[in-house]
Amino acid sequence: MSSSSRKSILSKLRQHQRPKVELPNLSEGHWIQYDDPVAQLQKTLEFVGGSFHQVENVGAIENVLANFEEWRAARRVLSLVDEVTGNVCSDEVATPHEFEDLDFVVARGDLAVAENAAVWVDDRQVRHRVCYFITQYLILVVNRDSLVSNMYEAYQRLGQPFPRFGCFISGPSKTADIEQSLVIGAHGCRSMQLFLVG
Amino acid sequence: MQIGLFIPCYIDQLYPEVGLATLELLEQVGCYVEFPEAQTCCGQPMANTGCNAQTQPLAEKFFDVFRSFEFVVAPSGSCVSMVRNHYQEYVRGRPEFESLCARTFELCEFLTDVLHVDTIAVRFPYRVGLHASCHGLRELRLDACSELRSKQSSKVKSLLEKLDGIELVTLNRPDECCGFGGTFAVAEEGVSVLMGEDRVLDHEQSGAQVITATDMSCLMHLEGIVRRQRKKLAIMHIAQILAGRQPEF
Amino acid sequence: MAVHSFDHAQQSNRFVQNRERARWHDSALWFVRQKRDRQASMIPEWEELREKASQIKAYTLNNLADLLEEFERQATRVGAVVHWAAHAEEHNQIVHEILQKHRVRRIVKSKSMLTEECHLNPYLESRGIQVVDTDLGEWIVQLRDESPSHIVLPAIHIKKEEVGETFHQHIGTPEGNADPTFLARAARHHLRQKFIGAEAGITGVNFAVAENGSIVICTNEGNADLGVSLPPVHIACMGIEKLIPRLEDLSVFTRLLARSATGQPITSYTSHFRGPLPGGELHIVIVDNGRSNLRESNEFHRSLHCIRCGACMNTCPVYRRSGGHSYGTTVPGPIGSILAPAMKPETYSSLPYACTLCGSCTDVCPVKIDLHHQLLTWRGELAKERRIPVSKRWSMALASIVLRNTRMYQLAGWLGRNALRYLPRFLVYNRWNVWGRSRDFPPPPRRSFRAAYRERNQKRRERKPSP
Repeated sequence: MSSSSRKSILSKLRQHQRPKVELPNLSEGHWIQYDDPVAQLQKTLEFVGGSFHQVENVGAIENVLANFEEWRAARRVLSLVDEVTGNVCSDEVATPHEFEDLDFVVARGDLAVAENAAVWVDDRQVRHRVCYFITQYLILVVNRDSLVSNMYEAYQRLGQPFPRFGCFISGPSKTADIEQSLVIGAHGCRSMQLFLVG
Repeated sequence: MQIGLFIPCYIDQLYPEVGLATLELLEQVGCYVEFPEAQTCCGQPMANTGCNAQTQPLAEKFFDVFRSFEFVVAPSGSCVSMVRNHYQEYVRGRPEFESLCARTFELCEFLTDVLHVDTIAVRFPYRVGLHASCHGLRELRLDACSELRSKQSSKVKSLLEKLDGIELVTLNRPDECCGFGGTFAVAEEGVSVLMGEDRVLDHEQSGAQVITATDMSCLMHLEGIVRRQRKKLAIMHIAQILAGRQPEF
Repeated sequence: MAVHSFDHAQQSNRFVQNRERARWHDSALWFVRQKRDRQASMIPEWEELREKASQIKAYTLNNLADLLEEFERQATRVGAVVHWAAHAEEHNQIVHEILQKHRVRRIVKSKSMLTEECHLNPYLESRGIQVVDTDLGEWIVQLRDESPSHIVLPAIHIKKEEVGETFHQHIGTPEGNADPTFLARAARHHLRQKFIGAEAGITGVNFAVAENGSIVICTNEGNADLGVSLPPVHIACMGIEKLIPRLEDLSVFTRLLARSATGQPITSYTSHFRGPLPGGELHIVIVDNGRSNLRESNEFHRSLHCIRCGACMNTCPVYRRSGGHSYGTTVPGPIGSILAPAMKPETYSSLPYACTLCGSCTDVCPVKIDLHHQLLTWRGELAKERRIPVSKRWSMALASIVLRNTRMYQLAGWLGRNALRYLPRFLVYNRWNVWGRSRDFPPPPRRSFRAAYRERNQKRRERKPSP
């Protein structure tokens, strides 16, 4: 049934030709550039409910985290960043459901975008991608030279090979479905902190 | 400059003062104005209802009445938009059609774009709320549209700003529709009236004493509410203000 | 022929009877429109983005068959299974078969207007499968046995006190607690168990990239990602129009979507799925359900550019004051009023008239669909097919006859003016006078403009006798 529908849909679409239109060349676009992308990133991240830290090196992250009550109280921490200590080993986890009680995930972001505070993470650093979403709190670590101004530059940098799963995360999960009141912490993480390194 | 004055039917029948103000204003700025008496209605009510077959003869009639004028000017953005943006469906292919569209102007844009009027010697010491009539705004781009981010003109506003003593109030919603919408005003009476009431309230709360617009149809709807609710707001077409009329409260 | 079997005006007149609530609804959505304005104003190239988006969509629709095949090839190459459904029923069957094969009894579903359009939930529920909508707004309407009233903000018509009451009844939150943060937390807590227990996850698709076979899903809550990263089976349902040619085209659409929809710079999560979870299955169901017909229409094909941001609803002064349910369709508002009559003209012929032709939707649309012009075009089609009320048809026919003849027009005007002048008020404002229920007529002038003009010219001639 499905294969006959495939045929009928495609042939119907081919039957009716529309006048030719060119696909626009996006490299010619006037995409926004920020004089101070770090400041823009910080401003935008805070606007979307995230917290911003700039540190000299990765080693300094734990010192900053030590200031947070939630971090000190955390029982299950999955760290994908060598310089930050965790106590859960991703490779030992058989089913993603075992991440249910994760308190923190500390992960590398390959890219951060100043215009919308989106940070790219993918499944190349972890087997179970659910960890990004199921954890109560999320810490992302991005190098200063991986900061771009806009989404066009971001997709250019992602390039090839494209991972099996990748996600732009901008701030913590949130909802405004009850009378447009913003509530941080919907189904995904309840807070998101970004460390820009360098 | 020889102008064919295009007076929308409801202005002709219900608001002759607006027509007279338009006539005087155009004469004051040195135009030779003629009102061709064969004109009736541009056909917009039929077109907006979807009755295109009923619109056709009216579009043709309009074309025949006005084709010989150097310019056609009307105190209505909506009716001008009907001619300029929608007549191609009805009068396409007739010689001079495109040039007639290009020669047809809403009053304010005629004053700013064609005549480049830079002074208006009128004193109007009132707080004025400018209702941005939708078709003038979004079909003719007479003023800045709040949705767009491109560089935009401000024709109506710039004319009002030339008046002595005028204060344009800042509305909470600068270009929300009043809810008239032609037959919508009756077919969707509930929403139409609520929209109108919300507009009146916005002008009132912004401290306006006078509500003005480029289109009398919006103003007829708003005036209907203002009168029924006995509010102290004067309603004036922009032609009346520019021609030096004073409000009656 | 039956006309307007669903009458928007009847529904909206009922909605505005509760003025306080209609104004509350209007303000809630206007707030979202203002947030959109602020975000759009921060992007100097906003209009260029809209133009590019429109071009990409036009190109896509023109080359849709090729691009769909390319998408299928690429998606299959990375391990997804692609299914094709000509209509809603087939879509539901395909989804059900996949679930049956895996003996799935419990699924979690993130927001998908397509599955709403196909009425997937009742289809699966009647076959013994528990479906939980995990988007908070959708879950609220699901618990209340309602349908979404907005495509992005499904529960925008519901007050927090009512949500509190619903949660009290269904998940035992304390009676009278209507604090949004408390209620959202309670939902998070309750739904976590649904995510953990789900055996399959269903999602919609925001964009499908032909070039590399990935699908992109945008949420703020993280519910789509949680729902399809725990169970091994992910079913993604998409209309044929969700396609985009290149990965880089996402750089246009992800910049427009959330800014237009909710006034955010981007959604919290923009997830790209290319193939299934390791060891899992990804099924992509591509659905036509009337879209290929719409594509053939010279008038309405541009409505397929829609990326379902909901901005046209938030800006529509009629939608804001009549509520999404007054449209009786899955997709309400301006875009819904174009799509619905294309599917069922006999039912939805009143929707293109639920509009003042103000044009705000057209200017706010991130992919530049000329919404209000299409609504006007619909009116022409519906009138031609005699799908508008007799009252409208006859009054316009009569008016047209009168207006064709200058003398008849003048006579009619004279009659009208004098009726207003001389009839007693109770006769003018009778119960059939819809205009006059809440509005006065203008005070009737003594004479028309043309009479005044004639008089004026007469006087001028008398003053300046011709030589």
